Amino acid sequence: MSTTDHTDHRISHPWGDRTPYGSGEEWPVRVDQHLSDGILEAQVDRWVQTASILHSNGDALDIAVKDERIVGVRGRAEDRVNHGRLGVKDLYGWQANSSPDRLSRPLIRVDGELVETDWDTAMERVVGRTNELLDEQGPSALGFYTTGQLFAEEYYTLGLIAHGGLGTNHVDGNTRLCTATAAAALKESFGCDGQPGSYTDIDHADVIALYGHNMAETQSVLWMRILDRLAGPNPPQLICVDPRPTEVARHAAVHLAPRPGTNVALMNALLHELIVHDQVDHDYLAAHAVGFTELAERVEPYTPEFAADICDVPAEQIREAARLLGGAQRLLSTVLQGFYQSHQATAAAVQVNNVHIVRGMLGRPGCGILQMNGQPTAQNTRECGGDGDLPGFRNWSNDAHVEDLARVWNIDPMQIPHYAPPTHTMQMMRFAEEGSIRLLWVSGTNPAVSLPELHRIRSILSQERLFLVVQDIFLSETAQLADVVLPAATWGEKTGTFTNVDRTVHLSEKAVEPPGEARADLEIFLDYARRLDLRDKDGDPLVKWTDAEGAFEGWKECSRGRPCDYSGLSYDTLRGGSGIQWPCTEDAPEGTERIYVDGAFWSDPEYCESYGRDLVTGAPLEPSEYKALNPEGKAVLKAAEYLPAHEVPTADYPLHVITGRTLYHFHTRTKTGRAPSCSEPPPRCGSSSPPRTPRPPGSPTAISLGCAPRAAGCRRRRASPASAPAWCSSRSTTATGMVRAASNRPTRRARAQPPTS
Amino acid sequence: MKFDLVLKELHRSEHDLGTLLMHASDRHTTDHEIHHTGRELATWCRRHLREIAEIGTEFDLDLDPEPSLDSGPLEALQQEISRRTGRRSAPALLLLTDLREIYVSAAGVSVDWEMLAQAAQGVKRHDLLAVTKRCHPDTLRQMTWANAMLKASSTQILVS
Repeated sequence: MSTTDHTDHRISHPWGDRTPYGSGEEWPVRVDQHLSDGILEAQVDRWVQTASILHSNGDALDIAVKDERIVGVRGRAEDRVNHGRLGVKDLYGWQANSSPDRLSRPLIRVDGELVETDWDTAMERVVGRTNELLDEQGPSALGFYTTGQLFAEEYYTLGLIAHGGLGTNHVDGNTRLCTATAAAALKESFGCDGQPGSYTDIDHADVIALYGHNMAETQSVLWMRILDRLAGPNPPQLICVDPRPTEVARHAAVHLAPRPGTNVALMNALLHELIVHDQVDHDYLAAHAVGFTELAERVEPYTPEFAADICDVPAEQIREAARLLGGAQRLLSTVLQGFYQSHQATAAAVQVNNVHIVRGMLGRPGCGILQMNGQPTAQNTRECGGDGDLPGFRNWSNDAHVEDLARVWNIDPMQIPHYAPPTHTMQMMRFAEEGSIRLLWVSGTNPAVSLPELHRIRSILSQERLFLVVQDIFLSETAQLADVVLPAATWGEKTGTFTNVDRTVHLSEKAVEPPGEARADLEIFLDYARRLDLRDKDGDPLVKWTDAEGAFEGWKECSRGRPCDYSGLSYDTLRGGSGIQWPCTEDAPEGTERIYVDGAFWSDPEYCESYGRDLVTGAPLEPSEYKALNPEGKAVLKAAEYLPAHEVPTADYPLHVITGRTLYHFHTRTKTGRAPSCSEPPPRCGSSSPPRTPRPPGSPTAISLGCAPRAAGCRRRRASPASAPAWCSSRSTTATGMVRAASNRPTRRARAQPPTS
Repeated sequence: MKFDLVLKELHRSEHDLGTLLMHASDRHTTDHEIHHTGRELATWCRRHLREIAEIGTEFDLDLDPEPSLDSGPLEALQQEISRRTGRRSAPALLLLTDLREIYVSAAGVSVDWEMLAQAAQGVKRHDLLAVTKRCHPDTLRQMTWANAMLKASSTQILVS
């Protein structure tokens, strides 16, 4: 084991040095560390345990504190996720914490201006308006829009207050625009969220397929694990599906670059080949799956030639990829935004699940699926009820689940809205636009920059009749529109837990005090509940905890017996050592590395989180339909036909634009843009075209495009660099909303500019 | 045998349903799920109309395989109005009535397919039965969609 201070080196050498290893071996430890200039290890006062908050990998690290300030970080050698390694954003992103423009006092709007005030005044304004609206209209007037970056305790408390206390159905996270597809796809195939994979599958896999997942930039430490396998004996072969020539593509045995929006056609062709060549585990299917006949019928027309025309991928490449998938002994698949933020997102991601079910490759070392998350705590948004799903993967359309939740919360089941699917973000914005949501509380996210149709979203958020509460660490673009701004503490300044995509739960401890009067998000929610005087049915306070550990204990009880079972965890077991994978119970105190072993799914009609939806219309299945389809709780092979995108290139709008994330930045750059080391790398903005794309006549080899989305109302807008969306004009690209709008929409070439890099 | 009557009625009802779907799509451009899915579901009606026209020739019917489902020059105007009135709550009520109409219309189409299938079985017309098997499940999904959208939207619209 070696400890390396990479400082500047790692900006230009982001994946660090190789530590090769072979199939089935343990990934060697390599501890990465960065301390501020002039600080020596011996001068550090204390190291405080946490995990990464600037991407979804869940790298465990310790914060170095000197004189009550954060002065650096070091990877945790003993952690199962990163074995000591850190990514670029881990190494430097914390610099933003001490930014001079952090919010440090509450703000309220007075005569159109935001002015500083005290907490009492700010909170009374929020509580006063909440009570007025409850009297006038009821809970349907209240909406909560949160993030993928708070802690489990905070989401659970917010969900309890909103669903159980106030009784509104309008709770969602920005995870809706990010990796909601991951959850949706898992629900379709397995009846429940929860990853059927583990990072250790990389140690065993002989084929790794990355679907729309530029892992090298989005989860750089996981990519280091793959690079180390590639550098070792008997390396795995990679399949890369991505229209762009990415770092992943460079290492792939086969690189399929489909035309944007055609993933379902490509996946159907891969499945077609597996079935035609009978690379199908018939015993597994007979014992553990339903729907094979329909799947085989559906993919029957999708010959490689048929898909080649649709996807603009040579048929022989499709065959080659299918040969690899079909010959794999231990197949690991990962999926991310190239599928999630593209046309027919869920349908495409579901077909990746189908490959594994058809091949019987689940629940064994090296055989897993990682429907990746984009944000560090997105998994908790989903588990704890922060995105509208009921806590503990409870099924909103199963009355017994709602009653069980009401028992945990000690309230009447009718108090918990379950008349329809939870309201998703865009629907909440629509309700705010119509004037029926009149108080919107935004925590830890920046919809004024990240949602699609920004002109419209900004005008919605600016409405006089909408009372906008923004809880954030900076005066974001959204906060500038708010009626009340609540200054929050962030990572390193508060305690809580969060969970990554392979179900590893980490404890994140408070290292330093937040600036000024800023408070932990949990404290703010608890204060709101206290001031509203929310009660359970016995007249006791609805929220029964006053700190993070108490909230965690509450969440543990809520999760008991559900798939994401935390009941065997505690702050003590999470302190020191490695993060632990749920389900973690008294019977499995070390956690569970692999779920769905021997086809034991969570899809029983009485237990499952979801009955699924129609993959084209989105209509939820009725309980009776699901029971008829899957009475014994097997995996569901859901077939989907390819449908052309809603908007395809035309003469006026000849190009597809798709987007991706860069190594150095995250989301709207609220944090990484303020971390000097992350902002220093040379700009890499610009466009990269797949090799076969004909370039517009007269354009230089590398071009930067001013873009205007072909959305309603934008048609006549003159695009110029100044009016180009943030993702195009800045170095950062975001994986959230606005990009989604842009990513699905072909755009018009405004004018070619000199290359930016 | 009255196949021609059933097919003519089916052609009419599919055309109505498709027009209603396109109409709703044009009227609710700010509701993305209605706007895009409505158009998608209207293409199913187009496919059905082609099938009905084709099989209709067997019964000496001359049905239009590709009748227009658009509201013509009014379409662009409708979309513009929809964008401009997005702020008012009246269009929300209009959404409920549109979805209700779609649901009822799709139920009618579904019953027509049902009758055709029954008759086809009675006289052992495999070709006719195959058409109903291809098309009728789509109609049921169109109905389910309208119902699901009603369920998801009505509470907020009616209680606020």
